[in-house]
Parts: sequence; C-alpha cells; structure tokens
Amino acid sequence: MQARQKDSLLVASVKDSLGAAVITFALACVMVGLRVDVASGRGAELFLEHRWLAVAVAVLIVFAGRLAMNIFFWKREDPPSLNLSGLMPKGGLGANSSNIIKYGLLGLAVVLPFVLMFWLGARGSRQYIDLAILVLTYVMLGWGLNIVVGLAGLLDLGYVAFYAVGAYSYALLAHYFGFSFWLCLPLAGILAAFWGIILGFPVLRLRGDYLAIVTLAFGEIIRVVLLNWYQFTGGPDGLSGIPRPSFFGLEFSRGEGGFASFFGLDYSSIHRIIFLYYLIFAMALFTNFVTMRLRRMPIGRAWEALREDEIACRALGINTTNTKLTAFALGAMFAGFAGSFFATRQGFISPESFTFLESAIILAIVVLGGLGSQIGVVIAAIVMIGGFEFFREFEEYRMLVFGMIMVVIMVWKPRGLISSRTPSVALSKNAKGISADLVQEGHG
Amino acid sequence: MSTWDNNPVLKVEHLTMRFGGLTAINDLSFNIGRGDITALIGPNGAGKTTVFNCITGFYKPTEGRLVMNRSNGEKHLLERMADFKITADAKVARTFQNIRLFGGMTILENLMVAQHNPLMVASNWTVGGLLGLGGYKKSNVDAIETAKYWLERIDLIDRADAPAADLSYGDQRRLEIARAMCTGPELLCLDEPAAGLNPKESLELNNLLQYIRKEHDTSVVLIEHDMSVVMEISDHVVVLDYGVKISDGTPEFVKNDPHVIAAYLGVEDDEVDQVEEEVGIV
Repeated sequence: MQARQKDSLLVASVKDSLGAAVITFALACVMVGLRVDVASGRGAELFLEHRWLAVAVAVLIVFAGRLAMNIFFWKREDPPSLNLSGLMPKGGLGANSSNIIKYGLLGLAVVLPFVLMFWLGARGSRQYIDLAILVLTYVMLGWGLNIVVGLAGLLDLGYVAFYAVGAYSYALLAHYFGFSFWLCLPLAGILAAFWGIILGFPVLRLRGDYLAIVTLAFGEIIRVVLLNWYQFTGGPDGLSGIPRPSFFGLEFSRGEGGFASFFGLDYSSIHRIIFLYYLIFAMALFTNFVTMRLRRMPIGRAWEALREDEIACRALGINTTNTKLTAFALGAMFAGFAGSFFATRQGFISPESFTFLESAIILAIVVLGGLGSQIGVVIAAIVMIGGFEFFREFEEYRMLVFGMIMVVIMVWKPRGLISSRTPSVALSKNAKGISADLVQEGHG
Repeated sequence: MSTWDNNPVLKVEHLTMRFGGLTAINDLSFNIGRGDITALIGPNGAGKTTVFNCITGFYKPTEGRLVMNRSNGEKHLLERMADFKITADAKVARTFQNIRLFGGMTILENLMVAQHNPLMVASNWTVGGLLGLGGYKKSNVDAIETAKYWLERIDLIDRADAPAADLSYGDQRRLEIARAMCTGPELLCLDEPAAGLNPKESLELNNLLQYIRKEHDTSVVLIEHDMSVVMEISDHVVVLDYGVKISDGTPEFVKNDPHVIAAYLGVEDDEVDQVEEEVGIV
C-alpha cells in the first residue's frame, strides 16, 4: 500500500480551517443567528429576529483566525513560537539578570513616593502612591500564600479568610478595647496563625481537589460569620472609624503634637499615605526575609520535600502533620499582618472586601508568578493589580483583556513567569536553578 | 540456634496482615540479626512488600508484634508507632520499590531533608535558627559534611547540585539508599534495590551494601528477586510464599530446600518429579 501523500501546508491548513468554519456555522446559526425578542408596540408578542450577517462574521473570524494559526504555528514544522520562546528568558533567567530585576525593583520601590512627589506634586501623586500601596499589599499576600501553595504545595482557595481575620482582629480590638495599631499588628498575626492551625487540622488528610474545596468553604464560613454576627462585627455595615497608625506615637493630624508640626513640616495628608507606603513595604520585605530564611532551614526544606513526595517524607522521619500545620500557620500569619494593615489603611472594613474573588486573585498572582518564586510574585502583582487599575478607562473590556493576559501567560509559560527553582543549599558557588519541569506542583 | 536468633535487631512475632478477606501475611515470625544482611525472597504476591510496610509503619498489622532492639538498649514496638516515628525514634529507614526521590530538589538537598530531625533540634524548632541563635549554623555545616560523605560513597559528589530527577536509574537507586542512610538508621529496609540495574550497577550496589554493613552500625534487610545478588551478599534468607514462611536459614540452606525450589527457584524439567516427591505433592 502506498503511503498517503502528505498535504502541503496550505491545503492542510485550509482543510482544517474549513472544518472549523463549518462547526462555527452550525453553532452560530442557532446561538447567534436567531434571536427571540419581545416586540414593543405590538403587545407582548414574541418575534424571531434573524442576524445572518453576524453569523457570517463569526464564521469568517474563525476561518481566518484558524487559517492564520495553522499556517504560522500549528502546521509548521518550525513554528516561530519556538524561536520566540528562545528569545524569552529561559527558566534560569541567569543569576545576573534575575539579580538586576530584583535590586532594580527594590531600588525603585524605595524611592518611588519621592519620585512621584517630585514629578506630580502631592496632589497628583496621591492616587499612584495609593495604587503602589495596593500592589504591595498583594505582593505581601502573594508571598504569604507562596509558603502554603508554592513551597508546601497545599492548594488553598480560602486564603482571604486569614486576611479577614487579621483585618477584623485589629478593627475589633481597637473598637472594643481601644488597642493601638502597633499592639494589634502582632496580635492579628497570632490570631490569624491560630485560625490557620484550626483550618489545618481537619484538612490534613485531604489532598488536591478535596483540600481546595474545603479551604474554599472555610473562607466562605469566615465571611458569612462576619456578615451575620451583627451585634459583634456590624455585619454588612462593617466597622468604621478604625484608628490610623501613629509614627512612634506621632499622629498624622493637623496641629500641635502631630507628625508635621513635630518635624516642622507643613501639614499635608500625603504624609500619612507615604508613611503607609513604607509601612507595607517594610512588612512585605519582612515577609520575604522570613520566607527566604525559612527556605534554607530544615522546616523550609521539609515543606518543599512535602510538595515533592509526602510518602518519602514520612519514610525519612518527618512529621508531616506538623510540617503542614506550620505552613498553614505561617502563611496565615502574614495574611493576618496584611489584614490589619488593610484595616488601618482603609479605616473601614466590611465583609465585602473578603470575597472569594480576592482569594482567586492572590492565588492567580502566585500561579502566574511561578510557584515558589518570590520575584515572580512581585512581577505578577504589578501586572495584575497595577494593570487592572491602570486600565480602568476600558471599563467592561478590562475583564476581557485581563482574562486574555492570563491565558496568554499560561500558554507561554505554563509554570509561571519565573519557572525555575533555586536550590536552598549548594556545594558549588554557581549552582544552576532547577527547571520547573522537574519540580512537582504538590498534590495538596 | 542461629546467630540471628541470639542477638536480633528486629523480631517479627506472629505477624498477620489482613486486607478485608485477603490474608496477605499469616502468622509470620522471623528474626533479623544485628549486623546481618537479611534477604526476604519469594514469588510475586508473596507478601514481601507488605512485611516491609508493616515494619516501617505504612500499614498497621492486624495481629502480631514487631520488636526493634536498638543498640543502645531501647526497645520499640513498631506496630504501635506512627510511620515517621519509626524512622525518627526506632531508627528504621526504608527505600521504595518505585523510587521516591524529591525529583525537583538537588541531590544534596535530598540528603539534607533526610537529616531533618537533628537539624530541627539544632535550630530550636526553627525559632533559634531564624533568629541566628544556637548552633544551627554548625549543625548545618555538619549535615552538609554527612551528605558529602555519602555522596562520595555513591560517587555522585560531582553532581551534588543537580536535580535528583536528572540522574540515571542506577544512580537514583543508590541516592535513595544514601538518603535513607542519612537518617542514621540501625535497620535499613531496601525494597528491590537491584531491580532494573545492569550488572555493573548491581555490583556497585553490592559493594555499597557491604560497605554499609561493615562501616556503620546498620543491619540491612532487603527484598530481592535477583538470586545472584541474594546468594552473594546475604547472611540470612527468609522465604515467603502466600504470606507464610516456607524457609529460613543461610543462603546455602535455602538454596537446597526443596520447598523453596518448588515454590520459587524451580528446577529442570526432568527433576520435577523428584522435587514434588520430596515436598509431598504427588
């Protein structure tokens, strides 16, 4: 039997695209082409509207798009995507360029408020510093979640619950006992860690999808309790009048004894914004510092080993229960810190700020950044949160663009932007990063 | 009285393991002698891996006792202990039939994870290490030295910073043994360590096991199908069939035991009748 002649690139592509066009036609005929509407003016009579032009456009788009993809990517033996991905920084990124990015971003973050002030003035820069504070909050949350998801490989869809615990801890302690921010910050972290352990216990045996569902439910439970316990938390009305942080006892207020008068400055509301910026910046750096240090300690290695293979961990005498609980507790603690910062920044909190969407965004930052990668989280947070706010003008299209960007990143870099793992200990000075293909995602 | 009955490191007493209606191991008793290399052999499905899983706590035996006698005089009843405690306190380490390395971590990291417990103590359960207190730094250096020692033994010192998943199959097997040794075990359980190895790698494995037995206070028990490995390195062989012990003795003794020949080793066609007669199947 003679081998079937292989179609040329063009013929094969056209055939494939025609097939796709036919399918589109069949689907679009019903879904796009026909529309039932209520005729106004003729009573409530229903009538059928035909939109054949729209069908034709849909079919054409699919045909042309598919043809282009076929010719340029799918059916080619040397798809340009191969060459393109060669241009992109490969897994290792090179210790040098990675360091440049790291210290570049760090330096930028240190001087950012003053650059903005100098450039746009106090009034103009305020919205951008606010945005930077928001981005840094998500960086911190991403770094916190990275301990649970990136290092220990436990998929947590209810992370925002700990953020809420932190925020409400501060708000309620301040409301009922009049505690100051600086006292409440560690307390909020401890309480959130405590709730992390409470969540951790029942889910220890669960893995993967099951773990994800239970953590999701836990996040909702916290939110629903906050929403319904009206006498204590104010329910949907939220809590307002949350005290602002002071700078070593100096309030950011007008007049005598305030920050401005103490330092002999003219009062400006931007002082507090800048202070909040540096506060969250320091908190985020603290999170990063602790995480990086933990990675090089036995507990951090045990987390990563747990992500790789839990059974082998147990065979090596590692108490997996405690290891998972510490991951949950520490991740939750940083969310608690971030939560109390959120409360003091807003001055008002309500359960609305702690919906599942927040958990999803934080998780998306971690996943897009590259599981376990600290700098990846920063880049992803800047892109996601910063981009999201910058494109506010596009209104309804912004979600569309947002979704497209996520799809593109995941297609281009399935393991996140920075998809290489740095060894926690090395014999030689120039040890290479480990390609993400070898690293497990964890099974919960 | 054989040597392994005089000073056993592990006594398996009336071990029974049932999975629902299936009895995988039935009233199995044997001793593992201190300093011996003991081989556990038998046909597929005889219950060898189940015995291992009972010893290392991955299964809880239905009946029976497993007494671990540590060299410092401590006695541990393994059937009552959690799996990670068996490695941490009773000092029993194991490897797996399907290799379970931490593939995304480097070879050195794999060996560092194995020293988790002493390092946790040295870092005051992370608190001291985080604050830079205590002797964590020194313990960490010591742990790296231990890892290096084993890397030299298994000839992987040059690849210490490479991910474990990049290693060849034979290297992975040896790394898994080295990783188990880094927990400082007194009893090392190896589940089919020579499976899938070529003759050269098999020889290296033999040397490694001999070295472990000689230089470290570690007894070895292994499951193996490769009779040449078993006969060459083991001091004591226990043969299982259908969850029951059918023979127990020196390699020489076991090799000539008609029960073992009938159930497992096999003979030439013309000798079948003779063996059947000896065992009592006619």
